[in-house]
Parts: sequence; structure tokens; C-alpha cells
Amino acid sequence: MNDMTPIKTTMKDWETDQEVRWCPGCGDYAILKAVQRTMPEIGGTPENTVFISGIGCSSRFPYYMETYGFHTIHGRAPAVATGVKLANPELDVWIITGDGDALSIGGNHTMHLLRRNLNCQIMLFNNEIYGLTKGQYSPTSREGTNSPSTPYGSVDRPAAPCAFALGSGARFVARGFDVSKNLTDVLKAAHAHKGAAFIEIFQNCIVYNKDVFDDFAAPKGAEDRQLWLQNGQPMLFGSEKSGGVKGIAMDRDALTLKAVDVADGDWQNAGVIVHDVTNRSIAHMLVEMPFGEFPMALGVLYDDPRPTFEEAVIAQNQAASQGKSADLGKLLAKGQTWTVAPGHPEI
Amino acid sequence: MATALSAKKIETPQNQKSDAVVVRFAGDSGDGMQLTGGQFTLSSALAGNDFATFPDFPAEIRAPVGTLFGVSAFQVNFGSEAINTAGDQPDVLVAMNPAALKTNVGSLREGGLIIADSGEFSKRNLEKAKYGGNPLEDGSLAKWQLLAFDISALTLEAVKPFGLGNKEALRCKNMWTLGLALWMFDRDRQPIVDWLNAKFAKKPELAGSNIAALNAGHAYGETAELSGPLQQIHVGAASVAPGLYRTVTGAESLSYGLVAGAQLAGLKMFFGGYPITPASAILHHLSRLKEYGITTFQAEDEIAAIASAIGASYAGSLGVTSSSGPGIALKGEAMGLAIMTELPLVIINSQRGGPSTGLPTKTEQSDLYQAVYGRNGDAPMPVIAARSPVDCFDCAIEAVRIATQYMTPVMLLTDGYIANAAEPWKLPDLEGYKPFPAVFMAEAQAGGFMPYGRDAKLARPWVKPGTPGLMHRIGGIEKEVDTGHINYSPDNHQAMTDIRSAKVLGVADSIPDQVCESGAAGAKLAVVGWGSTYGPIHQAVKRMRAKGMDVAHVHIRHIWPMPKNMGDLLKSFDKVIVPEMNTGQLKTLLRDQFLVDARPVNKVSGQPFTIAEMESAIEGALT
Repeated sequence: MNDMTPIKTTMKDWETDQEVRWCPGCGDYAILKAVQRTMPEIGGTPENTVFISGIGCSSRFPYYMETYGFHTIHGRAPAVATGVKLANPELDVWIITGDGDALSIGGNHTMHLLRRNLNCQIMLFNNEIYGLTKGQYSPTSREGTNSPSTPYGSVDRPAAPCAFALGSGARFVARGFDVSKNLTDVLKAAHAHKGAAFIEIFQNCIVYNKDVFDDFAAPKGAEDRQLWLQNGQPMLFGSEKSGGVKGIAMDRDALTLKAVDVADGDWQNAGVIVHDVTNRSIAHMLVEMPFGEFPMALGVLYDDPRPTFEEAVIAQNQAASQGKSADLGKLLAKGQTWTVAPGHPEI
Repeated sequence: MATALSAKKIETPQNQKSDAVVVRFAGDSGDGMQLTGGQFTLSSALAGNDFATFPDFPAEIRAPVGTLFGVSAFQVNFGSEAINTAGDQPDVLVAMNPAALKTNVGSLREGGLIIADSGEFSKRNLEKAKYGGNPLEDGSLAKWQLLAFDISALTLEAVKPFGLGNKEALRCKNMWTLGLALWMFDRDRQPIVDWLNAKFAKKPELAGSNIAALNAGHAYGETAELSGPLQQIHVGAASVAPGLYRTVTGAESLSYGLVAGAQLAGLKMFFGGYPITPASAILHHLSRLKEYGITTFQAEDEIAAIASAIGASYAGSLGVTSSSGPGIALKGEAMGLAIMTELPLVIINSQRGGPSTGLPTKTEQSDLYQAVYGRNGDAPMPVIAARSPVDCFDCAIEAVRIATQYMTPVMLLTDGYIANAAEPWKLPDLEGYKPFPAVFMAEAQAGGFMPYGRDAKLARPWVKPGTPGLMHRIGGIEKEVDTGHINYSPDNHQAMTDIRSAKVLGVADSIPDQVCESGAAGAKLAVVGWGSTYGPIHQAVKRMRAKGMDVAHVHIRHIWPMPKNMGDLLKSFDKVIVPEMNTGQLKTLLRDQFLVDARPVNKVSGQPFTIAEMESAIEGALT
């Protein structure tokens, strides 16, 4: 990276002149604003930022960011991003994708990008539905989802994006939702993480899957249903007003998490776990924590960087090139050659 | 194609000179026949012969030992005359087991020599090869000369001092055979000895045993010379242009051509690939050339391979991807993206027999429709085709030139035969290639930034992300003329479709007129070819012209768009035949583009055309 004084930008600098074409009331608007709010705070420069998307409602996103942008083809944004980043590792690459784009048609690329640990941010807008194609159920739709392609309800079990990400080897996994005020903090943490940062953002499709996340995202009762994780802080939710403070503790017999009551603020006594973002085992439990019985785990679930893919590629390219010249003539003449002398075709 | 094989017999008078000889080494896929053939080819090169090779191996990595489908063969045609093909019929067949004999003896010319390892003709191996009796003993090989001796036992004897196990010792059989072949053709053993010493530098006992086997095979020839059909044949050096030579396969030459193209364009190269036969060799070669500014990426699938290459081109590198037919099919949608976003990209298709998985290790040129037409929408893309291993070098450079100068994906067609075959290559004078530096836009055009503005060639500007002030968005949705904004309007789509088409057709302004390889415009018959049929067509037309027939050879490198004079040239001939290793794809294209009565000559056996087949097609068309 060049050591340059960060250029100060404002939210306005990140907005394009393009008319935003999402349905009025779509959760994407709030996410767009959150991103545009985040960019000045992380000291980003529009010309060094690239938004790369696949296909779907969310994938229109790049058109609305005053940066470089590439609206690619269905499911392939991670693959395009890999080429971009390997060709120019200085660029700040953001992948915008959806539940169908990232987990159905593009599941393979998502998995491999996470496994390789390409340094980029992957924002998966999960609305549990195919919006752009008018409402078919998606790989994250809950069992029994009625849709044009499943008029009798879907019968397949949904994929769990964060569990998929962790299982694929992701070193940063976070969750947020469209209208959450904490979303910018999550995005900032994702950007600060060096490596592939996977962020699942629950996004309300007001036309085809309206309020499907209300059970935890609705303001009313939110404190009981949302567990906002913070590194080094106990995993607490609820409040005295709402029927008591609770926490997440370890059931040491069943080797599972359990929700416990916290009396008089004494969370230590209740055995509440202190969130350690580098604890991969806990991260696995948090992404699998069944909502209902537990609150929805939100914020940074896991953050433990490892060397990135492009660093490794560049290091190997450099090491293999050490002391060698790019003389093509020499390359062609390498190995066994023979000379034919003029007039005398001899060895 | 029903063709009588009537190739000219190559007489090989004993202990005398011969103009050209075809030798085929055939054995079990574990017998090291490709290695033997490769080293024999090298010795031919060092002896100054011109040559062409045809490696023919099974799709199975290790087929069950001794089976018919596990036979691996390597054919080399070498001579003191110009060689363009691997030869129609072998003069000498080396058969390391019954299966190798059975699958290959049919193509041996009458009177040709069979050298067989009788030690492998056991009852069990004969059964595996589905022989009722032992062909070495029952007289069924009477129309050929037969020399059968126990190569296995002779090898074991030769390598005894090195104390190898039986299995390892028998692995030296191929070097024993090579030693015999080197003696037969009066070749220097030293380069092979040097190669073995280098190859087994860390295992001196293997180097020693292989060299001992090589020497023993050679000595066997010397001592057996007087008593049978085994005679020394001298093939003189070919009269070729002076210069520095090496042998090269199509995959190597194509890789070097890409390197040269990237250097001429002043670009770093990004190669996204996914393993597939017979294209993987290009990925392997480029992976070792990092000092040339090449990043290779083995992607998770064919789609990611091309998508990552598109991403790299977008970021300012030369994006390249490579595959074979089935993989190219998977890349189709992404090609459309490259066409829509007008980014440079080189797509290499090493064609193989199809459809579907087809014949992975056999050659065919049946992806021409796929290359020219195989995408959704009106999706024009330049297509060029290499004719030979050496030609891959220039074709790769040409593909890079078109891609970067016209901001377009380009498909470069080669095939399994070209990729694996080797021929001598007079090293090119790299100074002779004119650079075509890529230009990146650094500041907006006068009047404001237009990401889809055009230069005289109709190419849009190439803008690297990271360039201040030129932020813009691209994608697969229809672009507005000039601004590149999303625009679905009818007039705009018409205009953009016309621009994309005109841009690609405009490539014809930058390519040379079509010439005749031999013969001239106005001939009674033109044989029009593309790709790897060059060799047999060239030789056949040469021979027929020598007989006084009025025939011309037209070989097309630029498949789309074609040279501007192509229509006039084709219309100048009374008749046009189009030999292809498919069911008539170029024929269709020529008829469609020029309304000429192009007649197909087709072969889809997974094997290249022979010269004899071409001669017979020419005779047929002229009578």
C-alpha cells in the first residue's frame, strides 16, 4: 500500500447520479446508505474501491456507488473478484451478492474464495427469496415457503450462510440486518479484517418475503431477540425491563450453548461466556444457535486473520522469479537445440 | 470417409539411404512409449532430420496391463525431405506386447518391419489381447517382416549388475528398445545418455541401468545385423533453412506465444485454468514462467477460470483462459460478459473428440460452430486457428494483438493433435515482431468521460480501476452508447448490437489477405482447410500438383472475421472441397458467408487425416 494521507470523503462522494431502481421500501436502500456512510469512516478512496456483484436485486448495488464497479454474471462475482485482486492487490474489493447468487448458482465460488482467503469483503444480502425473478423460494428459504415455484410449500431445508462460510474456512464471519444502526460497525470490522470477510445481512424483501425477519429484527422486543456480540464482552441480551437479563453459557454436560438468567448483573456467576472473536469452536456454536430457543447472534461472530491468498500468490511469484530475467529469447533456446549452418544442413 | 489407402510406398533398401521413415513405438501405457518416442524424436532432430510426431495414448491413466485399450503409441515421421505429417503408414512398428501388436499392425505398410518383444507373448497376454494363437508363430504376420526376440530377458540380463528388482529392471525395456532404434537409424547415443544422467541424477543406479539397457539394445543391433531383416537405414539431414532449432509441441509453442504477445502488448498476464485433457499442458507450462510477469490460477471450475481472467483484464492485465470443448461450453456465458463489457481476453480451445466427454485424448476439430456461433445473443467474437505446433506461437501473438487492440475476447483454436505433437522449430527472431502496446486511459476524453466511447477501430477505452476521476460501472446488462449506463431501449440495443458486430468485423482491416499455400487463384480445385489438417492437405496438394493436377491449397487462419478477399478468392475456383475432422463446419461457414458450393470431406475417427486420404479426395473431386 502507498503511504498516502487518507483523502477525506463525505457520504455524498460515494453516491452516483444513477436512479436507484429497487422497490420502494426495500431493505437494500438502508444497506446502501450504511455502506456509503461507512466508506468515509474507513478512509476509502473511490478510485481504489471496486464493487463486484453477481445477479439479483442486490447485485445492482455497484451502479449506485461512485467507485469502480462490475456487475458480472449470476454467481460468479467471487471468481471475477479473484482475478481483479490477483491482478491488482491494492484495490479494495467488495463483493455484493445474495442468497441465491452466493449459495445456489455461485456456491462453489463462494466456498473457494473463503477457503483461499482472498482479501475482500463479501456482503451477502439474505432475503430468503428470489426477488428479481419474482418470488421463487431460495436456498435460504425456510421449509414450507410458499412461492410461485413451490405452491405447496418448499420441502428442502435451508442453507445456513454463516455456517457455510465457517465450514468453507472463513476467517471472518459477521451478521447484521438492513435497518440496524450497528451495520456500519459490522462493515468497519469487516473492512479492518485482512482476508475474506463474510457478512450475512438479513434484508427485507417487502414485495416477496415481507417482514420475514421481524421475529428478531422488529424494534419491539429486539433486546430479547438479538444478541449483539462484542469481543471481550459477556454474551448478554434482554433487560430488566423486558423480563430479565439473560446470557449465553456453556452446558458442559451436553457440550452445547444454553441461555441462562443473569441475576443482579452477576453474569460471571451465571457462567456467561465472554465473547472471544478468535474462538473458532464458539463461532461454530453461534452460527448454529437455533433462533427461538436462543436470540439471533449478530455482530462479529468470528475474526481471526490468516495470511491472504493474494499475498501467498505474490510471494511465490516473486520467489520463483528471483534472479531470473524475462528474456523470452533465452527461454525459447532453453533445452536441447541444434544449429543448421548455411548451405550445410548439419548438426 | 471411404478412402483407399494408397500412399506411396517408402522403400527402405537395406543398409541404404531413405528419404523418410515412419516409426511407431507401441506398448502398454506403463511401458514408457511416449518417453521413448520423445527421445527418439530428439535424436532425429539432432541428426538434422525434419520430422513430425503423433502421440496416441489412451484416456485411462493406468489401464489394466496388457489390455487392448491400454495401448499407448508414439509415431514419428522423420526424413531428409520436408515433413508435414506424422506419416500415413509406419515402416517400422515396435510392439512391446500382443495388445500393442494387435491394435497397431493393421496400419503398418505391407513389407514393413515388426519388432516384437516375444517375452511378452505369454498365453495370458495373448488372451488379454484376444489372440487365438501366437501371431509371432502362426504365420499370420507373413505380409510383414518380423523380428521377434525376448527384449524382456535381454533387458534383465543387461541391467543385472545394478541389482534392481524384477519390476524396476523391466522398466528399462523401453531404453533397450530405444538403443536398438538408435542403432537402426545410425544415431548418436550420447545425447540420450546425457539426458538419462540428468534425469536420474539423484538415483545413479537407475541412470546406470537405463544406460546399460540402451547400450545393450544398440549392441544387439550390431551383432544381429547379419542374420535377419534387421538392417541399418540411413536417413540424411533435411535441407532446411539455416538457424537455431529446437523441438516444440503445440502446447509449448502456444504458451511461449502468449508470453511473447503479453510482452509485445506491454502487459502482465493472468492465466485462469482448470485441468482438462488435452489443454492442461498450457497451464503447466505457464505455471513455470512466473518471471515473465505471469500469474497462473488453477480455479475451482471452468467458469471461475474464465471469470477470474475477465476480472484480471478488467484490472489491467492480459486475461487468458484455456480449456477443451466441454470446458469451453461451460465458459460460454462468461464469454458473453467479456463481449458485453468489451474487455480483452484470450480463450484457447484445445479441441478433442466430442460431444460431451467424447474422446478426451483424441483429436477433432468439431468446435468451430461453438467458437463462431456458440453463445446466447448476437455475440460476435474473433476466432483464429493454428495449423501446426510451430504455428501456435504466431497465432497466440495474433490472438493477444486482436484482443488488446480491439477490446474483445478472442477464441484461439488448436486441437489435441497439435497440442501433443512435436516438430522442429527454427527459433523466431523476436525483434521481427512489431510491438502493439496496450493503452490505458488515464484521463477523460475531451467533452467528458465516456466509458463506451470509441476509437477509430470502434474499441472502447481500457480504464484500470485505481485511475482517479474515471470511476464507472460495467456489467452484462445492455450498455448505453458512449456512457455505458444501463439502457434497455430498442434504439440503443440496435445501435450497440451493430457496434459490437462492426467492431469485430473490422478486425478484417488488420489482417492480411488470404493467400494460396500452393497453387493459385483460378485453379480447377481448391482444397480449403483450417487447423491441423494443414500437414496432410499440404503434402497431398504438393504431390497432386507434381502430377500435373490444377489444384490449390487455401489454409484459413482467421476464421472470424475472414480476410476481406476470401469471397473473391473462393469464387475464382471451379470447385472447392473442405476437408475437416468434423461433419462439415467450416464448409457451412463458407457457404453461409460466400454462397460458394463448398463440398465437405469429413473424418471423425479421432485420428488425423492421412496424405493418402487427401490425395484420394483431390482425385475424386477432379474426376
